[in-house]
Amino acid sequence: MSETMRGIEELTEASYEFGFSTDLDTDVAPPGLNEDTVRLISAKKDEPEWLLEWRLKAFAAWQEMEEPDWAKLNIAPIDYQAISYWAAPKQKPVLESMDDVDPDIREMFDKLGIPLHEQKMLSNVAVDAIVDSVSVTTTFKETLLEAGVIFCSFSEAVQDYPELIKEHLGSVVPVRDNFFAALNSAVFSDGSFCYIPKGVRCPMELSTYFRINSMNTGQFERTLIVAEDDSHVSYLEGCTAPQRDENQLHAAVVELVAKDRAEIKYSTVQNWYPGDENGIGGIYNFVTKRGRAHTDAKISWTQVETGSAITWKYPSVILQGDRSIGEFYSVALTSKHQQADTGTKMIHIGADTTSTVISKGISAAKGQNTYRGLVKMMRSAENARNYTQCDSLLLGKTSGAHTVPYIEVKNPTAQVEHEASTSTVGEDQLYYCRQRGMNEEDAMAMIVNGFCREVFNELPMEFAVEAQRLLSVSLEGSVG
Amino acid sequence: MLHVEKLTASIGDTPILKGLDLAVGAGEVHAIMGPNGSGKSTFAHALAGRDGYEIGGTVTLDGADLLEMEPEARAAAGVFMGFQYPVEIPGVNNMYFLRTAVNSVRRTLGEDEIGARDFLKVAEQAMELVEMKKDFLYRSVNAGFSGGEKKRNEILQMAVMQPRLAVLDETDSGLDIDALRVVAKGVNSLRGPERSMIVITHYQRLLDYIKPDFVHVLVEGKIVESGDHTLALHLEENGYAGFVNHDLDDAPLSGASA
Repeated sequence: MSETMRGIEELTEASYEFGFSTDLDTDVAPPGLNEDTVRLISAKKDEPEWLLEWRLKAFAAWQEMEEPDWAKLNIAPIDYQAISYWAAPKQKPVLESMDDVDPDIREMFDKLGIPLHEQKMLSNVAVDAIVDSVSVTTTFKETLLEAGVIFCSFSEAVQDYPELIKEHLGSVVPVRDNFFAALNSAVFSDGSFCYIPKGVRCPMELSTYFRINSMNTGQFERTLIVAEDDSHVSYLEGCTAPQRDENQLHAAVVELVAKDRAEIKYSTVQNWYPGDENGIGGIYNFVTKRGRAHTDAKISWTQVETGSAITWKYPSVILQGDRSIGEFYSVALTSKHQQADTGTKMIHIGADTTSTVISKGISAAKGQNTYRGLVKMMRSAENARNYTQCDSLLLGKTSGAHTVPYIEVKNPTAQVEHEASTSTVGEDQLYYCRQRGMNEEDAMAMIVNGFCREVFNELPMEFAVEAQRLLSVSLEGSVG
Repeated sequence: MLHVEKLTASIGDTPILKGLDLAVGAGEVHAIMGPNGSGKSTFAHALAGRDGYEIGGTVTLDGADLLEMEPEARAAAGVFMGFQYPVEIPGVNNMYFLRTAVNSVRRTLGEDEIGARDFLKVAEQAMELVEMKKDFLYRSVNAGFSGGEKKRNEILQMAVMQPRLAVLDETDSGLDIDALRVVAKGVNSLRGPERSMIVITHYQRLLDYIKPDFVHVLVEGKIVESGDHTLALHLEENGYAGFVNHDLDDAPLSGASA
């Protein structure tokens, strides 16, 4: 369309003239990334000066950085100048009925057992059901407001709670942290902000809210969760529904701050488009997730990663306060030509801090799965403990599993345990299940789900069930 | 019911079953005894459909050709095998496994699946039969089970699956006398006019508890002698020596019991 041909300044002007929200569908910046792009994004969002400065600092840092190449990933070169950095909140076409939805996606919805009204919302089908759920959403909003919980888009938060954002943005993942985090900091489009006041236990799983609010936050997502002293929140990002996206590169940043005695449980189910059987297409998912746990605080990451062509992701915990707790539970499945290099970093600073890492990697077809994890015991980490268990399951002869643990211990009283195993689904196990009447695919799904049990147990109930189905669906065709 | 004719099985170039004939009528219990390496377990696996064997001959169950079927289809046709070494499946609870098994068969047969609550009743009844505590249902399939618990779990599965033909492969191996009694009690209570059983064992001991209608002696891949339960007593006294014509060293040791 003609708008894309215009210069950036003109576009910026246009948005002032016609307003921000009404002009969304034609609001696409030309590809390319320079300082003006960063200024454009910031201006579009009507951001305060300090945030623009922050973005520019990140951009300057990013320009000096190199794309990391230490991961065991085979990444086709990414042309950062070919990407449009302001195309994010794209309006999806509204469909007449479920019949208009991609049959593949419909089939997957059914297999996952996603309720019809949610299917419709996720596919953007115009029906009355949406009206119902809008009211549900409103109810949720009111419930949260009563409890004093702030939960809104990142852009809203910048406008409405600038002090909170200013205080915490970049406090856990600094702009120079890594290449992708710096890129995100410069050009992030939107995301979520969540604030739990002192002593408040968030009255609902924020997942519930998320399910209804099918999100379209774009490729450079920014999430910040701040839990004040003695508060508690459980947050679920993503959903098991299949997500297609035209943007190939996704670089998100998630920061968690758990103040004294606070607890944040962050669960992710990631089911982005993995590419086809020949390894064509699929999302590149480069994510930086980190939490800071203050005294007696607890941060728990649970992730089920079955999507994306490439996953580069290490949800981490800085165990800063004494007796703080960090947990990481992960299932990563790679099939087709998918590659995952994922794990965690547990940085023990405080005394008597404990961390637990349970990682389950599953590789099928030509999938490559690497666990990469760092456990670091600083000099101050008296009596700190870590337990790491890393299990890999190989399906088929063409898949690969790799484990790369890094352990640094600077305090002699700290204890670090690492257990690792690699196994295949045994012929014996399959035969046993088949003798009991199950077909090979069902048997395989059951065995693999059993392998992941410890991680699924950490998920909120409804998602645990869906995650199981998701795993089965992702494994289809990989038997034999 | 079950008709086995000229059944042969080999692994690679090594023949294990060399023309086995057997007919089992409805409601009958047949014991198969024989020395190590005679092909007892191979026979059980040949009936259940394990991969890895070259199979010849014919096996029909109620007229249907078993050898043409995948293992799961045989299960749906009513074949149940009690494993000598039940397989561990970590993270999958026993209850879920059992219900999935039953419902898989029901689906294949075009029957309605059984819901969790109804199934629990069925399972609990079966548990009493094998004197199991309830927590057993919620432990991972065979993972961390003692030898006796594993064998009882096999009988529990049989009780829930209600098979047409049960093939129990060395169900008595590794059992102390109390566990043996429990297992035998379970098996006996599952005897019925519509259910046939093949009980494979090395020792006469099990047959004190499960009295077979027929006893067959399997040596070097063939049935060399058949009789009633007194044949087992005879074997107990005299061993298999009388049936072994030539040196047992020729018998394949690996594979036969796998």
